[in-house]
Amino acid sequence: MQGFAALLRKELLRFWKVSFQTVAAPVLTTLLYLLIFAHALEDRVRVYEDVRYTAFLVPGLVMMSALQNAFANSSSSVIQSKITGNVVFILLAPISYFEFFLAYVLASMARALVVAAGVLLVSVWFVELRLAAPLWALAFALLGSALLGALGLIAGIWAERFDQLAGFQNFVIVPLTFLSGVFYSIHSLPPFWQKLSHANPFFYMIDGFRYGFFGASDVSPAVSLAVVGISFALVTAGTLALLRNGYKMRG
Amino acid sequence: MSLSIAQGEFFGLLGPNGAGKTTLISVVAGLVRPDAGSASVLGADVAADYRRARRMLGVVPQELVFDPFFTVRETLRFQAGYFGVRTADPWIDEVLHHLDLEAKADVNMRALSGGMKRRVLVAQALVHKPPVIVLDEPTAGVDVELRKGLWQFVRRLNRDGHTVVLTTHYLEEAESLCTRIAMLKAGRLVALDTTRNLLATFSGLQLRLGLERGELPEAFAVRVLARDDARVTLRLEGYAELESVLAQLRQAGVAIKEFELEQPDLEEVFLRVMGRH
Repeated sequence: MQGFAALLRKELLRFWKVSFQTVAAPVLTTLLYLLIFAHALEDRVRVYEDVRYTAFLVPGLVMMSALQNAFANSSSSVIQSKITGNVVFILLAPISYFEFFLAYVLASMARALVVAAGVLLVSVWFVELRLAAPLWALAFALLGSALLGALGLIAGIWAERFDQLAGFQNFVIVPLTFLSGVFYSIHSLPPFWQKLSHANPFFYMIDGFRYGFFGASDVSPAVSLAVVGISFALVTAGTLALLRNGYKMRG
Repeated sequence: MSLSIAQGEFFGLLGPNGAGKTTLISVVAGLVRPDAGSASVLGADVAADYRRARRMLGVVPQELVFDPFFTVRETLRFQAGYFGVRTADPWIDEVLHHLDLEAKADVNMRALSGGMKRRVLVAQALVHKPPVIVLDEPTAGVDVELRKGLWQFVRRLNRDGHTVVLTTHYLEEAESLCTRIAMLKAGRLVALDTTRNLLATFSGLQLRLGLERGELPEAFAVRVLARDDARVTLRLEGYAELESVLAQLRQAGVAIKEFELEQPDLEEVFLRVMGRH
């Protein structure tokens, strides 16, 4: 597992060296969402009785930025290594495909948690937050970022050009996160869209994470955790199969 | 193709572009999975026992690849870490010294010249002290000084017991460094012998002539290796032929202005082998 430890360190240092871009920028973007949506909707929308809209918004934004950054980390690292060719240094090393998977996913989770913590820290200046069930929040943050880290690996392995990766991000990840109830409760949607939202695994990640803050959610957190857990297991199985076969990595 | 390289050899892998040299190396390094057949490094199968096989192998890839996020030292430390080497720093310093990279140790990879990046690639391949070193065209685009320094270092590693496998387009390098040579063409092995034997098998001489006047007799067409106006290079099987060749030229009314006789080199052998297959 020594090779794995070095690869994990490399992946952590990779995003940390450009933390202005990989941490500070997403924190700022999320803060802008918070300011704009809070200003526009604070007095017009109320999802839960005793929760202000801005407070409702924060956990969703925190989770959204965590998920997007987890995906961005593994996907951009893999595609950059593939396109510049330096992935050869890892492929030449006695590192198993499982160690490879673990190092990339853990680094993605680390970046996701750092960004999430940054967004939370900045948000408490504007909003008073409580943590009704912090362990639930942590469970969803860990499992959700692991899921997106693994998904990022699939995208990075599959994509051969940066525009293909951007397509994956813009046409799959962003719509699924934006339509997952970050900005609203799905109970406010017409029945058809409510049903459709239940088919979106991102909805369960956001909803479950939010339960950790308010102790209230659209769906039971246990159900959400099961859905996210099963999704993670499926994506992990798929990623490991690709890596084991050397798909687009070993000729 | 069936090929085995003995421990401690300095082995040359030659062939024109597309002959399969890099593919062969990639199979041994586990970068490419063969459709059929197997390869092993010091007894370790590259697929079934990949961890042991890869630990024993240091590969300098042909392309000038690098990770733009890191400095030279970070790059080498990570590479050592991938191979499970914990206390790599003393050896890293030694490698940096031999490759004349000490001054660049803390410089970002992006800021290095092509030649410097090439040296780092060599250092990366050596960082886990592999008993087998594979250099895939390590001197492409490298200046003479570095080339000399690099070969000095690689020769020393070979003397210390490392097996070295080299592909190169510079045949004079292969001739002076390699004790045994394989020639590949279109994925097939077309020659395999010691460098000395290869040179001896194709024993023959090259007769370079500058012609003042006259035309070569038609029977000489098979001897012509190169022709550039009045300068012509002929092939002789040995010294014994020299006298009769010159006599035939004189009879044909050819006047010779310049005359030069040369021993064959690996380039000549290479061209002949490639021409035959």
